[in-house]
Amino acid sequence: MDLINIVEIIVSVLMLILAFLAINSKSLVKSVMFLSALSMLAVVGFVLMKAPDVAVTEAVIGSGLVTSLFIFTLLSARKVGNK
Amino acid sequence: MKNFLAFIAVLVLGYMIVVSLDNNEAFPAYGEADVSSRVSQAFIDRTVTEDPGDIIFGQATNLESGPANIVTAIVADYRSFDTLGEVTVLFVSSLGVALLLGGKKQKRLELNFHPNFMLRVGSRALFGIILMTGVYIAIHGHLTPGGGFPGGAMIASSMLLLYLADDEFRAKIKGFKMLESFAGTAYVLIGLTGLLLGGYFLENLLDNGVIGDLFSAGIIPIVYVLIGLKVGSEISGIIDNFLTEEGV
Repeated sequence: MDLINIVEIIVSVLMLILAFLAINSKSLVKSVMFLSALSMLAVVGFVLMKAPDVAVTEAVIGSGLVTSLFIFTLLSARKVGNK
Repeated sequence: MKNFLAFIAVLVLGYMIVVSLDNNEAFPAYGEADVSSRVSQAFIDRTVTEDPGDIIFGQATNLESGPANIVTAIVADYRSFDTLGEVTVLFVSSLGVALLLGGKKQKRLELNFHPNFMLRVGSRALFGIILMTGVYIAIHGHLTPGGGFPGGAMIASSMLLLYLADDEFRAKIKGFKMLESFAGTAYVLIGLTGLLLGGYFLENLLDNGVIGDLFSAGIIPIVYVLIGLKVGSEISGIIDNFLTEEGV
């Protein structure tokens, strides 16, 4: 088991943990942050699997545009009531 | 009952996914696929000239397809017509957003937060760097990973940063629309020129040059820069549609 395998396993386990946290966290902003971190780790995974083109696209769209779109949506959604 | 049915459906679908991905003929395990017998390898190895010899980066000329990045060779040369379809899909989606959210818009959406001084200055400083990276990725699409789509998305994300930095900021949307129509029309015109002069749609008319040079691979850099401009201006338009609202 060489170094690259260990890195792959660490990345996969972290991705699973982050996905779980993204689903289960109470705060929506935190959830979006976990999703963004998941995308960043997916970029590392794509690079390890020797797909740099997909990695560039994932880095821009997954962790850049989608995250900011979610954040803007959360910020612009007005609160109804006091919940 | 509904929850139970949903649980059963999820279990069945998950079992199907596991079975279909579990080292069968169509999906072998990572690293065990016999790539040499696939169509893609035949295309990689295929030659039309009699004996091209080894392809040496920076020296080889007169190749069948010029780009040093093989993904670009597929996306913008062999399957360029598919890419035209993809660009059309993006155009239709931006058209849908504009139809739903467009109209006479005067002002920015009021957000629940107001950017402070640090955010404003930091975003302005980062804007240029991100924009230049996007342009670089789009221009060097035939040499390095990336290309028109990620480059255009990066250009659009730099615009998004400007929108984030200033809650009064609005880009010149008319310019984006002009750029988008120009890029799309130029892409189709290049294809039609190939059809008229060469015999098939989007034929690579220009000389392929030396592999690895910036000015190589014929029309592919031109097409990729056009795609980058189109994607960037389209996503910027979508962002502007999302962040404005009707009102005085």
